[in-house]
Amino acid sequence: MTQKILTFALIAGAVALAGCKSNRDVLPPEAWQPAPAQPQGPAPIDQAGTVPPPENVGSTALPGSQAALIEAAGSDTILFGFDSYGLDERSRQILGAQAEWLARNPQVRASIEGHADERGTREYNLALGERRANAAKNFLAAQGVGADRMSIISYGKERPAVDGSNEEAWAQNRRAVTVVVSGGR
Amino acid sequence: MMLRFLILLMLAAPAAAQLRIDITSGVAAPMPVAVPAFATGASVDTPAGSTTELGRQVAGIISSNLSGTGLFKPIDPAAFPAPGMADVEAPQFGAFRTAAAQALVTGFVTANANGTLTVGCQLYDVFSEERLVAQGFTVTPAGWRRAAHKCSDLVYSRLTGESGYFDSRIVYVAESGPRTKRVKRLAVMDQDGANHRFLTSGQSLVLMPRFSPVNETLSYMSFANDRPRVWIYNMSTGQQQAVGEFDSMSFAGRFSPDGRTLVFSVTKAGNADIYAYDIASRTTRRLTNGNSIDTSPSFSPDGRKIVFESDRGGAQQLYVMNADGSGAQRISFGDGRAGSPVWSPRGDLIAFTRMQGGKFRIAVIRPDGSGERLLTDSWQDEGPSWSPNGRVILFSRTERNGRSSLRSIDLTGRNDRRIPTPLEASDPAWGPLLK
Repeated sequence: MTQKILTFALIAGAVALAGCKSNRDVLPPEAWQPAPAQPQGPAPIDQAGTVPPPENVGSTALPGSQAALIEAAGSDTILFGFDSYGLDERSRQILGAQAEWLARNPQVRASIEGHADERGTREYNLALGERRANAAKNFLAAQGVGADRMSIISYGKERPAVDGSNEEAWAQNRRAVTVVVSGGR
Repeated sequence: MMLRFLILLMLAAPAAAQLRIDITSGVAAPMPVAVPAFATGASVDTPAGSTTELGRQVAGIISSNLSGTGLFKPIDPAAFPAPGMADVEAPQFGAFRTAAAQALVTGFVTANANGTLTVGCQLYDVFSEERLVAQGFTVTPAGWRRAAHKCSDLVYSRLTGESGYFDSRIVYVAESGPRTKRVKRLAVMDQDGANHRFLTSGQSLVLMPRFSPVNETLSYMSFANDRPRVWIYNMSTGQQQAVGEFDSMSFAGRFSPDGRTLVFSVTKAGNADIYAYDIASRTTRRLTNGNSIDTSPSFSPDGRKIVFESDRGGAQQLYVMNADGSGAQRISFGDGRAGSPVWSPRGDLIAFTRMQGGKFRIAVIRPDGSGERLLTDSWQDEGPSWSPNGRVILFSRTERNGRSSLRSIDLTGRNDRRIPTPLEASDPAWGPLLK
C-alpha cells in the first residue's frame, strides 16, 4: 500500500514537472503561468506518509586523485592552435601547476592523452595528437617530473571532448589531458 | 532540330555496331541492358531456396551490380517474357529489340545431384544476335551470390575491356554511439553490402583496416589494452598477431602487393617514421628518419615504390620513395594539404585526400605529380581505397553533424553513390577479387 502511494506521488510529481517544462518551452516568457500547486489527477489519497528530502552529499577531492589535480592546477587540460603542438602561456601555467602538484604527489603516475579536432585526416591526426601529448610531457619533464612517471597516448580525432563541427568545438578538442592513472590513496 | 537528330544518330551508331563501353571518358548515356530472370528446368528446392527463386535473385543481383556502375541501364524485366531453358541458348531477340535493349544477359540456375548449383551466364549483342561470352559457375548453395557476382564481372569485363570488381569484399569500421564516446567495430561485407559480419565487439577502438591482396588476412589498428598498435588478423583462422615490438604507437598499416610485407608508421618523441615488417621472419626495417610526421605508406603495384605523406616541408604533402626508403621526391604541390595516398592497382594513379578551402575532397594524381584531378566535392571526404580494377574509389564521407558513411565514385568523377551499411561507417578498404 505504501509503495502504491509512493509510486502515485512520483508519477504525479513527474507529470507536474513535465507540464512545467513544456510550458516553458512553448510559451513566450510574458505568457508563462506557474503550474497549479495541486497536480491534476484522482482525488487526494486519504493516508499519505511523509519522506524527508535527501541529505546533501558534497564532493571532496581525495589526495592523488584526478579531482585533486584539477583543483590544484586549475585544469587537467591544455588547448592547442590549429595543426599546432606549441604551448602557449596559459598552457605553460597549467602544466607548471600540474608539475608542482605531481612533485607533491610522488606516488602518482600520469598518462598524457593527446587529441586533435576532426579537421585533419585520420592518420595525420593520430600523429598530431601524439605530438601534443609529447609536448606536454616534455614540459612536465623539464619541470622535474620524472619521465618514468609519465606515459603518452594519442587518440587522434577519435575522442573529441565536445560534439560539434564548428570553431568553438574544434578549439576544445585540440587538447592534451593529464590523466592520473595510479597513486590515489 | 533536324541537325540535332542527325548528331544523335551519328553518336548512337558506333555503340550499336560494336557493343562496347568506353569507361575512360565517362559515358553520357548508360547502355540499355536486359537481364531477365535466369531460367531453370524443373524447379528444385535447395538450402538457398528454389532454383526458380534463385534464378530471379541472380538476375536481380546482376542487374543491381551493372546499374551501380552508372555504365548500364537495366530495363524493367516486365518489358519482355522470362526465358525458358531453351531460350538461354537461342534467345528470342525480337522481344529484347522491342524493349530497346542493346545487350542481353541471360542464363540458368540448376541443382546438381551432389548438392551444388550450376549458374550459366551468357551475354548477347541484341542487334547482331551474336553471343559475346558464356561461362558456367558451380557453387555451393551458401555461395550462390558469388555466381551472380562472377557473371556480373564477366559481362562488365567483356563490354568494357577491363576486369570487373563485383566478386569482392569490403572491410570497414562500423560506428555507433555519440561522437565523444564512439564505438567502433571492424566489419566485413560483400561489395554490394550482402553477407555483412562484425569482426570485433567494439570493446576496443579499432581503425584503418586493410585487406591483404593475396589471402584472408587483414591488418588493422587497435587500442586494446591502451596499447595502440597494428595487428594482423587472419579471418579464416581467427588468429591475431601484433606487428613488431615498439614502446610507442604504430598505425596506418598496409600490405605490399605480394602480401609478404606490411608497411606502417611508428611514433617516437612526437615524430612518426615509416617501417617495413617482414611477416614471415617478423623482422622490422626502418624506411624514413626525420623530425616529421611520415605516414600513410602505400606500395606501387610492382612493389618497387612507396607513396606516403609527410609534413617535412612544413605541411602535409605527398612523396614517392623507393621501397627501401631511398630517393624520396615530393609529388603534390599547390594550395592546401594532401594526405592518405593510395596507389591504384593499375599503377597509373594515386588517390588521396586533398584539403583546401575548408573542404576535404578525394583527388587523383599521377605518380610523377602531374595531372591532379578532384573527384568529389563535399565538406569532409577522406581515406580513399581503390576497386580491384582501379576504376572506382571507395571513401568515407563525414557530414557536419558528424554522421559518416561509405561512398564510391568513378575515376571519371561520375556516379557518387552511397554504399549501404547497417550502422554509420568509415575507413573502408576494398579487398581483391575473390578467387
